[in-house]
Amino acid sequence: MSAPTLIADHGRTLGQSHPDSPLAISGLTVSYGEKPVLFSIDFVVPKGAMVAIVGPNGAGKSTLIKAALGIVPRVAGEVTVFGAPYEKARHRIAYVPQRASVDWDFPATVRDVVLMGLYREIGFLRFAGRRHREKALACLERVGMAAFADRQIGQLSGGQQQRVFLARALAQEADLYVMDEPFAGVDAATERAIIAVLKELNGAGKTIVCVHHDLATVPDYFDHVLLVNVRKIADGPVAATFTSHNLQATYGGRLAAAHVEEVAVGREAAGEGR
Amino acid sequence: MGTDFVVLSLVPITIGILVCVSCALLGNFLVLRRQSLIGDAVSHVVLPGIVGAFIFTGTVAAGAMLLGAGIAAVLAVLLIEVVRRVGRVEPGAAMGVVFTTLFAAGVLLLEQSDTSSVHLDVEHALYGNLESLIWLAGGAGWPALLDPGALAALPPQLPRLALVTLAVVVFLLVFWKELVIGTFDATFAESVGARPGPVGFALIVMVAVAAVAAFDAVGSIIVIAMFICPPAAARLMTDRLVPQLGWSVAFAVVSAIAGYVLAGYGPLWLGAAYSVSAAGMIATVAGLILALACLAGPRRFGTRTAARRRRPSPGRASHHQSSISNSLQV
Repeated sequence: MSAPTLIADHGRTLGQSHPDSPLAISGLTVSYGEKPVLFSIDFVVPKGAMVAIVGPNGAGKSTLIKAALGIVPRVAGEVTVFGAPYEKARHRIAYVPQRASVDWDFPATVRDVVLMGLYREIGFLRFAGRRHREKALACLERVGMAAFADRQIGQLSGGQQQRVFLARALAQEADLYVMDEPFAGVDAATERAIIAVLKELNGAGKTIVCVHHDLATVPDYFDHVLLVNVRKIADGPVAATFTSHNLQATYGGRLAAAHVEEVAVGREAAGEGR
Repeated sequence: MGTDFVVLSLVPITIGILVCVSCALLGNFLVLRRQSLIGDAVSHVVLPGIVGAFIFTGTVAAGAMLLGAGIAAVLAVLLIEVVRRVGRVEPGAAMGVVFTTLFAAGVLLLEQSDTSSVHLDVEHALYGNLESLIWLAGGAGWPALLDPGALAALPPQLPRLALVTLAVVVFLLVFWKELVIGTFDATFAESVGARPGPVGFALIVMVAVAAVAAFDAVGSIIVIAMFICPPAAARLMTDRLVPQLGWSVAFAVVSAIAGYVLAGYGPLWLGAAYSVSAAGMIATVAGLILALACLAGPRRFGTRTAARRRRPSPGRASHHQSSISNSLQV
């Protein structure tokens, strides 16, 4: 009986110390079988931040957000969302999985997928009504996909699919948007459309957390960064954290030194350029 | 034909339709989750459950049989999950190992136990006994349908399967959003609290219920066919989920009626002096419908092919396996 009480207390402490943080993670450890995927991650997302989670393939970036959102079981660690346990604040989060994680051959239209974002709003034992369908259309409008509302999802390009996923997240009207590689394999027009919507959300006070793989765009797109490779390497404002030293530590020589110098901020005070 | 039809054919055809429709409705989700084999596994596993229940209780009372089969089905689903996790093999392999082994154990049990006195044998398990479900009290013809006494003498399988079909429809209506979201995108479903794990497990339990109830009347062959053939054929007809369910029901009904009629009269038309198994023929017709849909269904090329013709779509990882494992996480 004492163990659960202890955990609950711990959660409250974490929530009390970061009551405003949209996502506070402490001691998060995840393992698949005996192999640890993430080890003792501490990370506090500042309210209103635009956060990139960066690290090499297999570093546990996707697992980090899945474990934080209770999708993947964690071995240890505490997570609070806006100072509350995840279960109580679930409705304040919109999660966008990797585009390749679903079967786009599924018999559904673009609008059907966006309606999934209204799952909680529609409610148990109820079906989507006219109001919900109009709301879904409005969300598609914001990502420039309204004309595709009745299109079968398998007929979309990768970029269009990603925009549909973003529209589904918009339908959730969340305060925290957690996205897994939203720019992976999308065309340039989609990348511009997505970042425009994200900056608009951010401007309206929403917090954005993205797993991001393109180091070159980190300083342009984000103001906060978490560098992770099984363990946390560093986290903080991009200008102070996204340095060649930290990148080398994260990628452990897997990254050409020249490339690191090119993308990292630091010496040249690239922060000013933004 | 009136009276003969009511006595001999009305009940078997109705039962055939109920079985086909209930299995086909659930099968839509199994096919989309790439879990079709679960239907196969569950209907095989029914056998050791039924034999076990007979050995345990000494009767072939419907309640005991259904309970035994239901327990076996749930155990098998859990066992599949254990094999998949402990052995770290793909779900298809885990299912194959579990259901063949349990079915073989069921056959052994059946041969070792003293079931000669009761109607329990391997042929019955496979083909069922659809033709024998006649309605002697229906001797009055169609008016018998209004006679409470005659209705009370209907074979018990009929009300049981009607109840199961109703339960399947209610299940789909109540958990529609959860089933759709969980089938399309299990991780998203988890994040919005649509509980894809428990709902997926409930789906398998409903599959077990439908398979077990159908087993006694029609055997396992027809059940396996109906979980897969009508939904797979329906998927080739449309790109929307609700119309797909509609097509699958239509195909199921056509299979049941055409299969029953062809089994009873087909060989006679060909000059033979016997009829063939109705269950076997219904499954065959379902297979033929699927073959026709593959040849002529409007969506037979798949949406991806249509998209690819327009523009190449980059990097499509093979996530079929992961969608199976997601939905199998019970």
